[in-house]
This record gives sequence, C-alpha cells and structure tokens, in this order.
Amino acid sequence: MNINELFLQKRKGWNTLLNLRRSGAGNQCECPACHELIDTDRLSEAMYICPSCHHYMSVPPKERIAMVADEGSFHELYGNFRSGNPLSFPGYERKLAEQKKKTGQNEAFVCGTCRIEGKKIAIGVLDGRFLMGSMGSVVGEKVSRLAEHALKRRTPLVIFCASGGARMQEGLFSLMQMAKTSAAVESFKSAGGLYITVLTNPTTGGVSASFATLGDIILAEPDALICFAGPRVIRQTIGQTLPEGFQHAEFLLEHGMIDRIVERRELRRVLERILRIHN
Amino acid sequence: MENKLTSYEKVQLARSPERPDIMEYIDKLFDDFVELHGDRLYRDDPAIVGGICLFHGHPVTVIGHRKGKNTEDNIRFNFGMASPEGYRKARRLMEQAQKFKRPVITFVDTPGAYPGIEAENNGQSNAIAENLAFMSRITVPVITIVTGEGSSGGALALAVSDRVYMLENAVYAILSPEGYASILWKDAKRASEASDLMKLTAQELKEFGLIDGIIPEGRSLMAAIDRMLRRELTELYKLSPKALVQKRYQKFRRMGKAE
Repeated sequence: MNINELFLQKRKGWNTLLNLRRSGAGNQCECPACHELIDTDRLSEAMYICPSCHHYMSVPPKERIAMVADEGSFHELYGNFRSGNPLSFPGYERKLAEQKKKTGQNEAFVCGTCRIEGKKIAIGVLDGRFLMGSMGSVVGEKVSRLAEHALKRRTPLVIFCASGGARMQEGLFSLMQMAKTSAAVESFKSAGGLYITVLTNPTTGGVSASFATLGDIILAEPDALICFAGPRVIRQTIGQTLPEGFQHAEFLLEHGMIDRIVERRELRRVLERILRIHN
Repeated sequence: MENKLTSYEKVQLARSPERPDIMEYIDKLFDDFVELHGDRLYRDDPAIVGGICLFHGHPVTVIGHRKGKNTEDNIRFNFGMASPEGYRKARRLMEQAQKFKRPVITFVDTPGAYPGIEAENNGQSNAIAENLAFMSRITVPVITIVTGEGSSGGALALAVSDRVYMLENAVYAILSPEGYASILWKDAKRASEASDLMKLTAQELKEFGLIDGIIPEGRSLMAAIDRMLRRELTELYKLSPKALVQKRYQKFRRMGKAE
C-alpha cells in the first residue's frame, strides 16, 4: 500500500476495524463471521452487511447517520472534544492518538443534529472501533450535552450504541459517566422528550447499564450482543456453558428487555414511523 | 499507619470479614429497624438489605449490600453481588421513601453486580440503569457511605447521592483490581499493580472531587458516621426538593469535565 492510498483510506476513515487486504482488484476486507473477502467500495452500498453470510459489520458513525438521515442534514456538535488523562494512566495519550488516527475522529461518540423525513432530531452514535466504543469522560460529556441540547430544542433524541463498556483508563471517572448520562437522559425524558436507543453489536457493561437501556423505545439490530457482564466473565464465574443465543438481541426480545429487532435496511423506515407518531 | 498501606493492601483490608457488616451499622446507628423485602416482580434478593428505621427519632430508609461475615452467610447473600431483583427492591424502597418524604441512607459494599445467567435474563443492565436514573431525580436527600469495597455499576446503583462518603480504608472503583488486570493485561494476578493505576483509595478519590468526604476508622467510627449523617441531613434539609435535585444533577454533571 503506498502513501497515496493510505491517505485516501484515512479520508474514507472507516476501514481499519476491518482487516484490509490488498488484492488484484482493489482493497478488500474480510467478513469477521464468514471470512469472505468483500470489496471495500461496496461496503457502504451494502450497508456493511456481508453479501455472503449477512453478518452485520460495525458501521462508522458518519455512515450510520447517513443511513438514516435526510441527505446532507447532519450537523456535527462537540466534534472537537478531546479526552484528558485524569488518572495519568501510562500510555493513554498515545493510545488515544492511535485511535484518532485510525478512525479520523477525536473520540468514540459522534453526535449532532439531523433530519429524518424532514423532522429535526438530535442523534448520536458510539463508535465500536474507537477503544471499543468505551465510555470515558468525553463520551459521557457528549451524551449528556446532546440530551441537554435535545431538551432545549425540544427535539427527539436517537442514540446508536456499540460499546465494550466503561473506559478502563479513566477509572472511577468513567463509572461516574454512567450516573451523568443516565441523569441527563432521564431529565430529558421527564420533560416529555422522546428518547430512542438502537442497540448494535456489542452493547455491554457500563453503557448497557446506563443510557443504552433507558430508551422510551429500545430497538436492536439482529443478533447484536447486549449484556451487562460479557459471556467470558459469566462462564468464568459460574463455570457452566451458556445457553444458545444467550445475550443476543432475539434472546433479549424474548425476555422482554427490548421493544423490537429491526433489520438494518428497515431502520430508517421504522424511525420515520415512530417519529411521525410522536409528531 | 494508614499511609503505609499500598493500594492493594487497602483493597484487601476493605474486603476483610473483620470489618462491620451492614447489620452492625444498622444496629449501632439506627433504632426500630424494620426490614422490608422483595421487588414485587419476582423475588427477594438477599444480597441487598433494605428497611425503615429511626435516626435520632426521625424516620429514614436504609438500603445496602449485604456480604455476610462467614462462608455460610457469604453464600446465602451471594457475597454482596446483587441481582436485578436487588436493585429493583432498592428502587422500590427509594420510591417509598420519596412518597413518605424520608431521607435515604445507603451503605455500599460489593464486589460488583452479579454476573450470572439468571441476572442477565432478568435485565441486570436495565435494573442498574433505572436506579441511576431514578436516583438522579429523587426528591428526598440521599447519603451514601462506601464502607468496604465499592465496585462497578453494582455499587453506583446505590450511590447517585447528594453526599458520598468513604471510610478511610474503603475503596471505590470501576471494577475489581483483578478484573481490571484481567481486562488490561489478561492476567488477574497483576491486581496489585492495577490497584495503583486505578486510583481507588478514599484519599485519591477525595482529591479528584469524586467523593465528598472521608470518615476516619477506629474505635469512634460509629460516632463519626453519626456526626456526619446529622450534619449532612441538617444541611440537605435546608434545600427545597427542586434545589436538591438540581444540585445533585450538577454534582454528577461536573465529574469528568471534557471539552
């Protein structure tokens, strides 16, 4: 891969989670589920769904917004917020710089306003590629500000979740983001605001135990892993094999924890409909 | 003596079965305790104790984790690792406290929320999240004391409070140092190293402004808690319910400021 190609990819800004390979035809990435090689140019059009096994790959935030928003309606907010290093955790700044370079974003949460079928909403997307979408102070601050923005402007709030949980490198500051974000979305909801969350693979730990599961309406993508404690931790704790489908979206639907499972291609239509009913 | 302990020695001290159990705090600090059980949905979770009692003649609701002091009790109380039913019981009792306008005192001592199949099936995430949300808008004063080990969302689910105090040798963290080391380095044995990085002691957290105060341990521990509760409740009762909620919101809102 030469320098020009590297720059081109950086501009595209999404490819790094996917295992990029060079082939004769162009850049390809490997489906994490069936290992089929897919042309990267086709991914966006395919909505990051593997054409061969229909596995839902993670979607870069701005592409995610483009999938549901009216064309050109997105205006980013708080895009320049950057993490400090509150615990002086060794190597954290370097790690953040790497993630920034990898994703082309300053942090793991991208948010702003957009329109869906003409209706203005506040929208936020966690980026599972940026330190696993973990919630540190910046993610917590942006989620809270977005909820406050939606409250002030009286717009619905839609958040797409994908997270490994709390950000380890910020210690108790990260834990407190659970309180902060829950308080902010709760205050928005109490004032009559419509709050929709879309849980995508994976939504776990401190994010699932705070703003992700507080939606007035909770949607999820098929097969998404949604849990508090991850399967590995549970297996270690109880020393048993886990039931089939445990902690996946279909399982949660059956147990009454989410409202609906929505196919990626249907998401915009379902959001449109819910927003229309709340007009 | 306190300064000589390493962070991990503090973790071990915070977990010591020699430390008072929540029932001892209830017995020494309050009168006429009536324990109340159940989440009205599924089951009573013994890992969380809740009830009503009098504090110097004034009604209060008390809720906290229960670990037990011997192996048999540890197992009975699931080592203080609560299930969704426990968090829902806590919320039910907090809603009741709000209705009868009595303050809530919580005692935190848990290795974390229980990571089990049934706990996940019953909505562990949502049970914790709903507590965080409800505590952020409850209209009566809430004071928390971290008495031993405060770990993860399982601790925070009882600690979105107007005042959060820690005992001198208690710890409060995003998860156990063993879990932290296992996530960061895939090696739980590096827990001691993790403890230093995590900054989980009362002294460090007070400096960060993440807790409101530290209660010295020793023979006069109960008297010190009693004094703190009287002082803080008097202060908090000066605020209107609206101001109380606003101040609590602002307090957590400021944690981890970022721009």
